[in-house]
Amino acid sequence: MALPARWQQKIEASDPVEEIMELQMGPSHPASHGTIKFNLKLDGERIVDCDVEVGYLHRGFEKMCEQGTWTQCFPYTDRLNYASPCINNVGFAQAVEKLLGVEVPERCKYVRAIMSEVSRITDHLTCLGMAASEVGAVTVGFYMLEARELLYDLVEAVTGARLTVTWCRVGGIAHDLPPDFNDRIRHAFQNLDAVLSDCDKLLSRNRVFIDRMSGIGVLSREDAISYGLTGPLLRATGVPYDVRKAHPYLVYDRFDFEVPTGEKGDNYDRFNVRFQEMAQSRRIIEQALASIPEGPVSITDPGVVLPPKHRVYNSIEGLMNHFKLIMEGIKIPPGEAYSAVEGANGELGFYVVSDGSGRPYRVRVRPPCFFGMAALNRMLIGRMVPDIITTFGMINMIGGECDR
Amino acid sequence: MLIEKLKERFGADLLEAEEARGDETIVLARDRAPEILRALRDEQGFEFDMLIDLTGVDWPERKPRFEVVYHLNSLRLGHRLRVKVRVDEGDAWVHSVVGLWKAADWLERECYDMFGITFKGHGDLRRILLYDSFEGHPLRKDYPYQRRQPIVPETDPVTNPLRPSR
Repeated sequence: MALPARWQQKIEASDPVEEIMELQMGPSHPASHGTIKFNLKLDGERIVDCDVEVGYLHRGFEKMCEQGTWTQCFPYTDRLNYASPCINNVGFAQAVEKLLGVEVPERCKYVRAIMSEVSRITDHLTCLGMAASEVGAVTVGFYMLEARELLYDLVEAVTGARLTVTWCRVGGIAHDLPPDFNDRIRHAFQNLDAVLSDCDKLLSRNRVFIDRMSGIGVLSREDAISYGLTGPLLRATGVPYDVRKAHPYLVYDRFDFEVPTGEKGDNYDRFNVRFQEMAQSRRIIEQALASIPEGPVSITDPGVVLPPKHRVYNSIEGLMNHFKLIMEGIKIPPGEAYSAVEGANGELGFYVVSDGSGRPYRVRVRPPCFFGMAALNRMLIGRMVPDIITTFGMINMIGGECDR
Repeated sequence: MLIEKLKERFGADLLEAEEARGDETIVLARDRAPEILRALRDEQGFEFDMLIDLTGVDWPERKPRFEVVYHLNSLRLGHRLRVKVRVDEGDAWVHSVVGLWKAADWLERECYDMFGITFKGHGDLRRILLYDSFEGHPLRKDYPYQRRQPIVPETDPVTNPLRPSR
């Protein structure tokens, strides 16, 4: 069958050896987990230029948040970084609480910290498992997904859902930990230990793996700072910046944990930083469970938190309170606040503005992986096409968060 | 503390300076902003080496209408600062800070995309999250929540790529 005339012309006109080839990789490519397009300019297999195109998963998160009440934003935040939704919930709740000027009870802070760390482990397992299977270590991928499944069971036991948790509220959390939480987490950690030790054996001295990761996607410390990178990407260059240490929130200043760092800022360091962070998260959880106080998990201010259901159904005051909060939302005095938590990929910040009505005037999220994607061009120029896969994997772009 | 130091150093260049809810905010005039931001990045005692965030806020009933909000962070000194520049609708532009922090590249593109604020000296100010033929700037308050967009006509991706690379 003859080719269309314009294709024929194009083929005849170009010399594949001399020409810089333009290749559009994506937006739906089996090797990039996430909808993203790379407009590449290639000299042979070497990348001359890489224009990263994001936005395929843009849903108007910030605009949607302006339509409902403050409480109604929580389901949207679940869908930002859907590999660690609890951290997003905590981040948003914390920003609104800062704006409102309320402090949550001690036990709530501990529970939020515990669930944030569980989520950090699930996020890192997703990132590392996928990254390993993309370079051929499919076994590691499945092992890590299995361990993640146990932690998701835990998240489900606490929040009622695996991904779409919607579990924080302004002024507290929806549920306390279940009574058998300690047993469950011990069980999950036993399996996690076995998986991590297996994965360590499979990867840490694996020649193929190291060759694909080491020295690839290097970004200097100065560039990483200038690009605004945070989280494992920045720590892999040797900067020990972690929001939990630099600007402590919840109860992180009471725990003893380390901030793992790398040296070279390449993909292997990024992998290692994440791998070691899981052990640190585990340490935090164990310390938190040992010292968690009893008490309420939510404040009781009727202007902020919904009354218990028996009051709603059995008293007119409770019913009115419920109605006002649902229909009008939490009345937050005019003002603005920026609050950040350490998300799994870096600093997850929320900048919230209130105009005094019950609805958010502006909700801005600072998505950590957006900054990593902005730096991707710099990491890739001069490298080969297969390096896109490992570098992109180590940025751990989560479409829901990057594109909002 | 930081705000005192800023007042001492920049004086009348700070149109407003306040601390509220633990966040320190300063407001700058558009034309003085690049110079002061550079000083904030480089001078000892400030050392804001990281542009943590850049975004806009739309206040249709205020004059000037838009706020461009910068969040700065200092890794060494561990402090944060919010910087605002106010611009009005008719000439909604500010100077780009890509030369100071590379993170500004994509952040300014996003702010342009969502608010229609232009950044002079950016060099590659394209839409980023939305597509080029999108009409309007959705985070402006006068953009209706449920507005539909026209269907983009189908084009031949070979002869006429929808979005030419730079």
